[in-house]
Amino acid sequence: MDKHLNVPVGKEEIKALRAGDMVFLTGTIYTARDAAHKRMDEALLRAGQTDPNASGEGAAVNSTGVLPLELEGNIIYYMGPSPAREGRPIGSAGPTTASRMDKYAPKLLDLGLLGMIGKGKRSREVIDAIVRNGAVYFAAIGGAGALLSKAITASEVIAYDDLGTEAIRKLTVKDFPAIVVIDSEGNNLYESAVQQYSL
Amino acid sequence: MRSIDVNKITEAVKNLCIDANHRLAPDMERALLDAEDKEESTLGRQILGQLKENLDIAGRDMIPICQDTGMAVFFVKVGQEVHFEGGSLTDAINEGVRRGYTEGYLRKSVVSDPLIRKNTGDNTPAIIHYDIVSGDKVEITIAPKGFGSENMSRVFMLKPADGEEGVKNAILQAVKDAGPNACPPMVVGVGIGGTFEKCAEMAKEALTREVGTHSDIEYVAAMEEELLEKINRTGIGPAGLGGRITALAVNINTYATHIAGLPVAVNICCHVNRHARAVL
Ligand code: SF4
Repeated sequence: MDKHLNVPVGKEEIKALRAGDMVFLTGTIYTARDAAHKRMDEALLRAGQTDPNASGEGAAVNSTGVLPLELEGNIIYYMGPSPAREGRPIGSAGPTTASRMDKYAPKLLDLGLLGMIGKGKRSREVIDAIVRNGAVYFAAIGGAGALLSKAITASEVIAYDDLGTEAIRKLTVKDFPAIVVIDSEGNNLYESAVQQYSL
Repeated sequence: MRSIDVNKITEAVKNLCIDANHRLAPDMERALLDAEDKEESTLGRQILGQLKENLDIAGRDMIPICQDTGMAVFFVKVGQEVHFEGGSLTDAINEGVRRGYTEGYLRKSVVSDPLIRKNTGDNTPAIIHYDIVSGDKVEITIAPKGFGSENMSRVFMLKPADGEEGVKNAILQAVKDAGPNACPPMVVGVGIGGTFEKCAEMAKEALTREVGTHSDIEYVAAMEEELLEKINRTGIGPAGLGGRITALAVNINTYATHIAGLPVAVNICCHVNRHARAVL
């Protein structure tokens, strides 16, 4: 089903998404990939964030002021763009492989992150954290960076500028196409759709 | 002896970097178009349609086909009657990469050390495979390689007793494990035989062979066709979201090997299987 979502987004709207939905995102999303995740993780550790799997009092600190972006209700796009030509907001801008962020994602989800956009499989730990927090994992079409760049109307580096393409960017998107792969109930399109066509 | 000024090499390499990252070779473009007709899944057809639109935008607006403009891999065949003037050939190729990736607005994706991980800022150094051949020409093939698919590549040191079945199973396993991570529809480059490093290099070079052509060794060509069919029965489909078109081609290169071994390398490439060639 085709759906339109304004981002940042509320929990109820994310919970209503189902694996297989085609979603067009409009609003603000943030980019982060390997190096930015590593830095955010280090910042959380320094701020006293302990075991991400620990629950109860003191397990999760508020990430506000510790991380360069507000996690609550937000979506992180695993993407490192190619440089923008003059007059364009961004260069080629397709998703990178999400599994490399699996080590960091559960902690961010526990701190309020509601969605991730990437490509490829996720670990059991990430899927559990998605379900636990009522979040979602979207796939954008890998290798369609020129097309996807057309749905990005503005881009601004907000942190870790020295990381170049891996810096954290705030993107303004208009009808950015993403497909729900893992929904808040843990349904996984990578498994169900492949089974359907396997001979 | 024929003299070639290395500045000409730099210029050619710069243009190859820019060209390969904005336009697919005609064989790859055709294969993607044909795939759309053959795909049974509605979502799969939609995705293939978007990939075509992506190619159109890339060529028209000069936006790289994929943001991962890769590590610059070269196969360079140097005629033994060529003499280079004006500096080192390797430096000239790296200078071409530097200029191509900077002037062409391509992403710099190379870190100088695998563990310290500081970006070199200009996508150098390149990976260059040299081959000395007869004649007085230089043939340069670039194959910029993204790492989404590179990370899913494998080397298997099989036993001779594993035979053809063992080889086919290894290739199928690598493709299934790659799944959505390698941005299917994929092109599968395979090297069978040689040594540990030789089979990996053959697998990489196999990716530069025109999609739709087959090995001239009869049994190898048959294996290519059989494996393509088997891969397209896995159901992985475009973007790994289910469908018939999981791979566009399986290209296999073979070489002599040791009595005790059967090395097999599988170099997986995504649908952005870039290759461009220049002869000087
Ligand atoms: S695997 Fe290929 S298409 Fe996918 S992101 Fe990497 S270079 Fe691009």
